[in-house]
Amino acid sequence: MSGFDKVVHSYEEAMSGLTDNMTIIAGGFGLCGIPENLISEIKRKGTRGLTLISNNCGVDDFGLGLLLPDRQIKKIIASYVGENAEFERQMMSGELNVELTPQGTLAEKMRAGGAGIPAFYTATGVGTLVAEGKDERQFKGRDYILEESITADFAIVKAWKADRYGNLVFRKTARNFNPMAATAGKITVVEVEEIVEPGQLDPDEIHTSGIYVNRLIQSTFEKRIEQRTTRPSGE
Amino acid sequence: MALSRDQIAQRVALELQDGYYVNLGIGIPTLVANFVPKGIEVMLQSENGLLGMGAFPTDDDVDADLINAGKQTVTMAKGASIFDSAESFAMIRGGHVDLTVLGAFEVDVNGNIASYMIPGKLIKGMGGAMDLVAGADNIIVTMTHASKHGESKLLTNCTLPLTGRGCIKKVLTDLAFIEIKAGKFHLLERAPGVSVEDIIKLTQGELVVDGDIPEMKFS
Repeated sequence: MSGFDKVVHSYEEAMSGLTDNMTIIAGGFGLCGIPENLISEIKRKGTRGLTLISNNCGVDDFGLGLLLPDRQIKKIIASYVGENAEFERQMMSGELNVELTPQGTLAEKMRAGGAGIPAFYTATGVGTLVAEGKDERQFKGRDYILEESITADFAIVKAWKADRYGNLVFRKTARNFNPMAATAGKITVVEVEEIVEPGQLDPDEIHTSGIYVNRLIQSTFEKRIEQRTTRPSGE
Repeated sequence: MALSRDQIAQRVALELQDGYYVNLGIGIPTLVANFVPKGIEVMLQSENGLLGMGAFPTDDDVDADLINAGKQTVTMAKGASIFDSAESFAMIRGGHVDLTVLGAFEVDVNGNIASYMIPGKLIKGMGGAMDLVAGADNIIVTMTHASKHGESKLLTNCTLPLTGRGCIKKVLTDLAFIEIKAGKFHLLERAPGVSVEDIIKLTQGELVVDGDIPEMKFS
């Protein structure tokens, strides 16, 4: 295959080069669209001192929560960290450094980071703890704070389908932070449910271009549901 | 009588207009979807990347890849669209959402809102709430008027860390519908059977009562 072929065949290969104290951006919202097998590989490797940038931090026994018991995470930048007892314990005891960031600001930090924009002004967080220590400026009579963008040593991403060139298609709300995460990693690793040959995806339907993707691996997924909520059938 | 959670949602639903794009927060705001007035169509925005949120799925239709911002499994309504988180917050921060309904711990006379953190107790994060209050023009806060211990949640100054500064203009509690302007609360409506005196007693921030205050209607 050509130099555009991003497919790797083992998780060891997918996460090779990840070492202690690196930063990782992870896609996913709650447990939806998380790169669950790449997270398991980081747990297996035992890499420590990591800074994670992710909207959430999983639950106690799934997702990024798996990296907590062995104290692999030094710092996390997230918007909501509610559903995780061990997380709360490590945060309260000061073992884990937590930087709470508004969700839209977090998404924009990743997007801007991937797009080569070092910082941006936003009204989100003005007059709150989030604004502390940040540059403030008025535009058209309204206050804004300056937020710096984010990039990372690795980005770990879950997509639905890909071609070998790393062109990605996401499925439903499993898209969430994944497209921005994909743009913001020095090395972007993507795991998918299906890999097809180049040309088999309609170029109009590709959500993320292969230019952002360095490594691609096919796998199966548990896709755990956090809040299974249903209505009776026949209603 | 103080309003039930459903009654609060029902009153908020009367503020909906045909063609509105609406973001409903977790808790009471979510219930508003159950009371959309007949003959009106609204589209619900879920900040994890869905515009046009449908009902909960039946057991057969549960899809792990389709959830709402509360991480509940949902379906898509006719005409729904899917997008990434940056796009979702472009809608919110760009002021494209017509109405935002969210809960709070405290609101004050200057339109400040505290809703995400109780230092030392509850530190889960703001999620999308800071973006929602900063980006939306039309916001309704729903909450109980006072705590279980009778402490007012409508204050001269919020005591908890803020979610946003000067961004709230309307509050619907279990006792009253209140507007915030020029540094004061203004009583617009009262819950059926609740007296103006009861509301004054449980409102710590300055409350303007102008003339006869009508009882709330629900349809």
